[in-house]
Amino acid sequence: MTTRYTFGGDEHIFVECSEEMSLDAFFRGMSITNALRDAKIKGVTEICPANASFQVRFNPDIIAPDEMMRQLKALEAVAQSAPSTLNTRIIEVPVYYNDPWTHETGQRFRERHQDPSSTDIEYTARINNLDGIDGFIKAHSGAPWFVSMVGFVAGLPFLYQMVDRDRQIQSPKYLRPRTDTPRLTVGHGGCFACIYSVRGAGGYQMFGITPMPIYDPNQTTTYLRDFMCLFKPGDIVKWKPIGREEYDHTVAEVDAGRWQPRIAPVTFSLEAFAKDIDGTNARVMEALNGH
Amino acid sequence: MAINVLKPGLSTTVQDLGRPGYYHIGIPTSGGMDTLSLAAANLLVGNDAGAAVLEAVFMGPELEFTQDAMVAVTGADLPPKVDGQDQPGWTAFKVKKGQVLSFGFLKKGARGYIAVSGGIDVPVVLGSRSTYTLGALGGFEGRKLAAGDVLPLGKGALVAEGRSVAEDLRRAPGAPAELRMLPGLYWHRITEQAGRNFFEDTWKVAPEADRIGYRFKAGRPLDFVPRTPPFGAGSDPSNIVDACYPYGSVQVPSGTEPIVLHRDAVSGGGYMMIGTVVSADMDLIGQLQPHTPTKFVKVTMEQALTARADRRKTLEAIAKALA
Repeated sequence: MTTRYTFGGDEHIFVECSEEMSLDAFFRGMSITNALRDAKIKGVTEICPANASFQVRFNPDIIAPDEMMRQLKALEAVAQSAPSTLNTRIIEVPVYYNDPWTHETGQRFRERHQDPSSTDIEYTARINNLDGIDGFIKAHSGAPWFVSMVGFVAGLPFLYQMVDRDRQIQSPKYLRPRTDTPRLTVGHGGCFACIYSVRGAGGYQMFGITPMPIYDPNQTTTYLRDFMCLFKPGDIVKWKPIGREEYDHTVAEVDAGRWQPRIAPVTFSLEAFAKDIDGTNARVMEALNGH
Repeated sequence: MAINVLKPGLSTTVQDLGRPGYYHIGIPTSGGMDTLSLAAANLLVGNDAGAAVLEAVFMGPELEFTQDAMVAVTGADLPPKVDGQDQPGWTAFKVKKGQVLSFGFLKKGARGYIAVSGGIDVPVVLGSRSTYTLGALGGFEGRKLAAGDVLPLGKGALVAEGRSVAEDLRRAPGAPAELRMLPGLYWHRITEQAGRNFFEDTWKVAPEADRIGYRFKAGRPLDFVPRTPPFGAGSDPSNIVDACYPYGSVQVPSGTEPIVLHRDAVSGGGYMMIGTVVSADMDLIGQLQPHTPTKFVKVTMEQALTARADRRKTLEAIAKALA
């Protein structure tokens, strides 16, 4: 893995940790951006971690681009010697898989899909050799996912499945993007899952919907009063399959201001994960039960 | 102490100098697309350069004032009128209580900046009054103006009428428009010939041009250097593993129509970018109408920084003249 540095005009440095997606590349980006945040370099205005890359915005009137580049490259060495553990949190996200709303939307834009005679979830189950919708839900919700990037639009998380590459669910994006996606749709494109924070255009396959708002600019949602976006890069997500009844109940509880997501602090070690994926995941998910 | 919106125009939003600091969670900076004009409008009416103004696209609103105020309109040539009487652009004029500010047809440019003494006093959200419509955030209820809206005004002093910005300090795109670009990011993904063609061709602003980004067409498609798609990127040769998009970055989905991201940018995605329009020329993009012939001009970092310094000197000259 060679890190590639390039200027994005006179205000940005773009750093590609790896051309291909991997947990290693994501971790390298996280450790350099964490080191950069701690370094508090004057003139740095934005630090944006992404999946296998990151971006820094700076004010060239305060720090010259070449000097910014020099300091950033120096941090790579510091970050490399840092232990690859992450103190983060795990968030349980309830998902009503194969729900009527994303189903209806999927049908409306069927001619833009690879397989017009199928649904997004059936199609993805088939091309990933999973045993129908049930087999898909088991694979999708069985292991935790890393929030490897937040963006595109406000508060939208991209998630990377914490299993070895052979087991990762993959699916292409729609042939042509839809002009509509229900708010809080759980989507998938390439190897990434996402949650659509707002209603709008989208090209990812649609598998289900969560009753849990993740972006609230008015900050009336109980757990979004401190900040309007729920997710940060580095968060870990556990999908919890729910049915219609629990979906409706949760929506009502959220509206009434009585609902709180299950969130627990957790430490993740990349070395431990590389040695024992399933065991590490089990421990990470146990944190939700207070263990 | 307010402005009544009688007619909203086509897409009029409250904007200031923006909301930096939240791009890492997908909230773009927003703010005026032509911030040089925005700052000039504010300075003309005695506001701080970064007070909130109205950004009107292609067509002006119709506004009734419920108090006396100083007003200046900069940016696009969008002729202001007070109770039907023509007023000069780039010049401070008075609007009295009960009078209506309206606009003639757009003559040049794309976005007019309407500054009012005291500034538009909508709530500050995450450090800014700018509107981010995609996220329903900031500005007036997170959206473009509608008839019947009542815009609160801040407290301002009435400066002298007739203060004006000298013509040589009013920056506007030329014909063809020239946007200076620093190649980089995923420039290596396209062939050398494609790179030469990109700068040689005259592009045209496509109808899909808004605060998120400006799309260009009519140039030759770009050829890619062959590759095996990296894991997670996608099969199209223009795909990358989803990454951050710099402001001003030029992405070219499938190698056909370049898109330059602007102040309401989507913060990331899966299309390779071949470079970035320099910070000094972002203002110019905000003044491009659809179909405008446009050339991308290759520059070095040194030239980009000189352009940035020139822009700063222009703003300083405006501020000095109006001090």
